[in-house]
Amino acid sequence: MNSALDDMYREVILDHYRSPRGKKPIDRTDIASDGHNPSCGDDIILHAEVEDGVLKNIHVDCRGCAISVASGSMLAEIVKGKSFAEIEKIADVVKKMLKGEITDIPEGYGDLDALKGVQKFPVRVKCALLSWVTLIEGLRRYAGGKTHKAGAISTEGKNDA
Amino acid sequence: MAIDQHKKMVSTVPDMNVFDAERIKADFPILARQINGHRLVYLDNAATTQKPRAVIEAIGEYYRKHNANIYRGLHTLSEEATAAYEQTRSHVARFIGGTADEEIIFTRGATEAINLVAYTWGEANIKAGDEIVLTEMEHHANLVPWVILAQKKGAIIRRIPITRSGYLDLGAMDKVITPRTRLVAVTQVSNVLGTINPVADIVRRAHDVGAIVLVDGAQAAPHMPIDVTKIGADFYAFSAHKMLGPTGVGVLWGRRELLEAMPPFNMGGEMIREVSFERITWNGLPHKFEAGTPNIAGVIAFDTALSYLEQVGMETVRSHEKELTVYALDRLEDIGGLEIHGPLAAGDRGGVVSFVDPKVHPHDMSTFLDSKGIAIRAGHHCAQPLIRLLGHVATARASFYIYNDKSDIDALCEALREMRRFFGV
Repeated sequence: MNSALDDMYREVILDHYRSPRGKKPIDRTDIASDGHNPSCGDDIILHAEVEDGVLKNIHVDCRGCAISVASGSMLAEIVKGKSFAEIEKIADVVKKMLKGEITDIPEGYGDLDALKGVQKFPVRVKCALLSWVTLIEGLRRYAGGKTHKAGAISTEGKNDA
Repeated sequence: MAIDQHKKMVSTVPDMNVFDAERIKADFPILARQINGHRLVYLDNAATTQKPRAVIEAIGEYYRKHNANIYRGLHTLSEEATAAYEQTRSHVARFIGGTADEEIIFTRGATEAINLVAYTWGEANIKAGDEIVLTEMEHHANLVPWVILAQKKGAIIRRIPITRSGYLDLGAMDKVITPRTRLVAVTQVSNVLGTINPVADIVRRAHDVGAIVLVDGAQAAPHMPIDVTKIGADFYAFSAHKMLGPTGVGVLWGRRELLEAMPPFNMGGEMIREVSFERITWNGLPHKFEAGTPNIAGVIAFDTALSYLEQVGMETVRSHEKELTVYALDRLEDIGGLEIHGPLAAGDRGGVVSFVDPKVHPHDMSTFLDSKGIAIRAGHHCAQPLIRLLGHVATARASFYIYNDKSDIDALCEALREMRRFFGV
């Protein structure tokens, strides 16, 4: 088997893809944010509950390729209980890793290190980024006093990595 | 001179009394490539085809021996280049059923050919309230220019729907094409479903109500004998690169009286007759529509591509692809659980098979297949309205050409089975 392929579709990634975390709907929605990559057709809907500046609970509904689903699942796992500033920091590390600006991810980032293999497939970076960009956009809107806006976030085109 | 060179090139194409995909394969250097440790299995021919050695050589030969700008130079090289360029025009005219040379306009591709009609004929003839009829299976190239034109003019877009089995709903056609219809723009073969549309019937209906018809032949001209006069259309567009030729060359065929009445498209050199700062007169056909220096090398090499196809025979191309399509539909069906789109009767479809594995996203599929050296297309195939109608955001598509054989389809199906094991679905 091709090693770059095994590197991207690591067992951890495939496990997240087959049984994505964060599938359970949540009771209260403070943040709602949609992401959509029209050229792939990847679609993501995020709902989050916020308490005292901390993201208390998140529901991730992602329809897309293995990479976008796994990335969204890992996101659901790691952002729970984190402050907005902490989430921004994690997202920044994920972005840098996907773009190859850093090679290794620090300790405490859960399974996210497994997304490293996506670096070798530049056209797939936008798949891994979609959930992160969609969440960050939602957090910033919430911090700015808005819950939702019309039109989905995309990591294709101008936001492309 | 280029023409002799071209003849020599074509003579390297073996006579093919018996169709032999193996011999044809040997003419395509790229097919000897290894991709990720596997032989290249190229099944993305609806996107672009590979080029035979003769076409690649023809490009080099032009630059090595004949490079010059056409029409303008009164020197040997320019005369040679002009003659070879014009020879391709005559060849194209013969290839699509024997039209007049000046009805053949070279463009950058089918997309530009359709835009040319939208921006010239469309600008001059479409008014507010007029109706433009498209179909639900159009490629964006034959959809976006018309939608934009309609928005600009206040015209109305209507569409011929498709049936569940992937045919145009001809019963509905009579209700959609009405005396308000000014233009019908329809693809001859769907780049997603493979459906071969009864374009001659559609033309008859459109002409009955006085509408003009543009046929998008991008997926048809490369794969079957074409006679534009039998189709009866007013415009016919296709691309060289989908039929063994170079990228950046396309053809618009149009009826002379329409072309003559149309304003020019691009303005510049060669498209004028006389220029002063006060007054400009247009050149005659086809030059009126070919401003600036065209893709000379590409057009000249397209001549060789057409010769190659003629040596194989367009009837043979069609029957070979039909056989492969029957085989592919059977083998894909054997895998089980795949959603296969388009007509089930191979006689009604070109060599294009779109399918979806509900458990594996087409992009994951494409990445996996690539690791096995297999090139397919995954995505919306520039036909988003159709893909949405099919209930998807993306599909996988395998499309065939003369150098494909059953072993390519076997490789695809074997890899699709392995893919399911790999993803554990």
